[in-house]
Amino acid sequence: MAHPVEQMDMTDPMVPTLARILRKRVEIPGVVTFELEAPGWQGFAPGQFNMLSLFGVGEIAISVSGYDAEPDRIVHTIRDVGATSHGLSLLEEGDTMGLRGPYGVPWPVADAAGRDVVVVAGGLGLAPVRPILYHLLANRGDYGKVTLLYGARRPEEILFTEELGQWRAQLDMDIEVTVDHASPGWHGHVGVVTTLFRGADFSPDTTTAFVCGPEIMMRFAANALTDAGVAADDIYLSMERNMQCGIGLCGHCQLGPYFVCKDGPVFTWGQMRRVMTVKEL
Amino acid sequence: MTATATKDVTPVVLSHAGLDALIAALAVDRQVIGPVRRDGAVVYEPVSSVADLPRGWVDDQAGGTYRMRREGDRLFGYTVGPSSWKRFLHPPKQVLWRAGDGAITPEPIAKERFAFLGVRGCELAAIAVQDKVFLDGPYRDPHYAARRAAAFIVAVNCTRAGGTCFCVSMETGPKAAPGYDIALTEIGGELLAEAGSDAGGMILSAVPTRPATQADLDAAAAGIAGAEAQMGRAINTEGLADLLTDNPDHPRWDVVADRCLNCANCTMVCPTCFCTTVDEVSALDSDATTRESRWASCFTTEFSYVHGGAVRPGAKSRYRQWMTHKLGSWWDQFDMSGCTGCGRCVTWCPVGIDITEEAAAIRSDLEAEGG
Amino acid sequence: MAIDGLEKIVAGHDLFAGLGDTFLSTVSGCATNVRFAADEYLFHEGDAAQQIYLIREGHVSLEIAAPGQGRMAFQSAGPQSVVGLSWLVPPYRWTYDARARGDIRAIALDADCLRAKCEADPALGYAVMKRFMPTIVERLHHTRLQMLDVYGTPG
Repeated sequence: MAHPVEQMDMTDPMVPTLARILRKRVEIPGVVTFELEAPGWQGFAPGQFNMLSLFGVGEIAISVSGYDAEPDRIVHTIRDVGATSHGLSLLEEGDTMGLRGPYGVPWPVADAAGRDVVVVAGGLGLAPVRPILYHLLANRGDYGKVTLLYGARRPEEILFTEELGQWRAQLDMDIEVTVDHASPGWHGHVGVVTTLFRGADFSPDTTTAFVCGPEIMMRFAANALTDAGVAADDIYLSMERNMQCGIGLCGHCQLGPYFVCKDGPVFTWGQMRRVMTVKEL
Repeated sequence: MTATATKDVTPVVLSHAGLDALIAALAVDRQVIGPVRRDGAVVYEPVSSVADLPRGWVDDQAGGTYRMRREGDRLFGYTVGPSSWKRFLHPPKQVLWRAGDGAITPEPIAKERFAFLGVRGCELAAIAVQDKVFLDGPYRDPHYAARRAAAFIVAVNCTRAGGTCFCVSMETGPKAAPGYDIALTEIGGELLAEAGSDAGGMILSAVPTRPATQADLDAAAAGIAGAEAQMGRAINTEGLADLLTDNPDHPRWDVVADRCLNCANCTMVCPTCFCTTVDEVSALDSDATTRESRWASCFTTEFSYVHGGAVRPGAKSRYRQWMTHKLGSWWDQFDMSGCTGCGRCVTWCPVGIDITEEAAAIRSDLEAEGG
Repeated sequence: MAIDGLEKIVAGHDLFAGLGDTFLSTVSGCATNVRFAADEYLFHEGDAAQQIYLIREGHVSLEIAAPGQGRMAFQSAGPQSVVGLSWLVPPYRWTYDARARGDIRAIALDADCLRAKCEADPALGYAVMKRFMPTIVERLHHTRLQMLDVYGTPG
């Protein structure tokens, strides 16, 4: 018999809107940040992503890297790694791209109120956690100690250096940056991001951690946080898989029992610990 | 629910002429799709009368084997062939939208109105599985929804089981569970017809039938019981989801990976496999582009591609993903089994990999270990 | 009293936290308080590994220099970390430079002294070894991760 679906909305969630580039900024070679406007945009929650389309090439999932209290600006930071991201990177102010979203489970930033917050980012993983930092800074009084531990490949590949400097100058946030490979003239930390945990000041029992970066880095960061006494369910990670639809219909992003697009991309370490250690799951 | 089972409709019996009348009545405002014999197999295509049906043909199926041969005089003596109804509700290719001249034009929502003739219990269950995937949200596929909302389903209760069938163990057949508009059971040269919805009852009352006798009901029940008894395969589903999920490194995955050709046949013939890949099709003569989705298979390397490489580069991880999904994680995701026991993946696997055998092998190894 | 104060300082470093009074007193017998100003070297590559430094304040940059490339920092060590593992294994020679990134306060343990005490008392030796092993393994592990270049553009 027919499925009773006559009440449903028949608009196709796969159809994007046209977003226009208001501003473009080259962050570091190969990484650009776009500020977009799109009709009907209702804002986002930190950790959510949009599907961005380059006509004639394809569509990719990119986290929103802007501030959720500025609903008119849609900010995306994109690394040029594939055909679509490469093409998008070449777009200029005034050009358009397709946009649909926002999708996915956000970072539970509001739930962390009253607690210490440790944000651990690696490489381009600073972009998806930047909305958390904006939120924490704007609502600084609602949180305990706030720490950002950021690991980059080389000093030249540190993202958002100006903002990192501004945030550091506010003095109510502990920001530590380390690089895997130092260059001459670098006076900061050298070593993997987990080495920064030793000096970090947070109370593990009342800490919420947000971790974003390559999967290997997230595994070790989550383990280091667990070793430091942070509960597995208070550690949040943002996962990446092949997303073609972003809305749970195409099946590509499955990770064990989860659809990364609709059950994530933000998961707890409690959810991920097992599936992340099975090879090629 | 608009279509609820109608209690006061008593079963009736249709002759072949009556079935012709039913097809004609459905064809008034629908495209009737039914079984036809083509290229040595039963496939689902438009039908206009009983004459189109594979009368007197049955299939012999085994791992990697499908052959049709003549036997008896039944219209629905065959079991299931390589095609399934998903080809119509969730077609292999779906245009999503087109872009050009600075505008995005959504593809009009599908308007096809199908009547499916000959939907087996396992297939009805498969449609219910895809309903869950595409309609339960939070986001829905509107093209599927539109086709599904307009579909009329004439189920057929199996009176013969195929060599690779295991619907009994998956609790989907051989008798079709509710979800049909009309269910037919072949009895001798006639068909017992039961309405499962108001629409089914109405259309049955408009075609020539005779009231069913107790003997007709008994004959139908005996036919279904016969199919049930013929069932050659089974999956013991007890605790199976956890068994598969908890043993991702079981050596059996390597054994099956050695045989698997990664041809993706199983996913193409599977009536519940729903995965799609989104493609960009550019016109050569303009800047117009079309975004399409097409059936995808988790047996391909690119399926799991993330920048840098595939998450599942090897046959072991891909077969494990497919089987663990069907019998395990589908429960986590949709609260149901992703396998309905139709047996297509066994029949159409070129090397005869048998999901029932693989499930049993992993279970018996672990039980032998006392785990 | 000075010794007692030093014992407290040694006990206050993560490496020896919870070591036990007897061992702590023995180990502290090899300890002195040291300071380094910014850009001063704790030691140089090729020198004999005479000291182990338990960092209390400041950061130390571990570097190897090459002609044309200057000094290349491969690791930095901050408060509560240990600089100098070469004292444990022959030929007891530093394989890199250690430079103070800023003002450093540290505990220096005399390597000859500590090795002699560990030789004399295997129980102490084992306890000390158990303290140093995690640092060695952790550094190996971190080096491995750095080599993996996880933030690099894949493919």
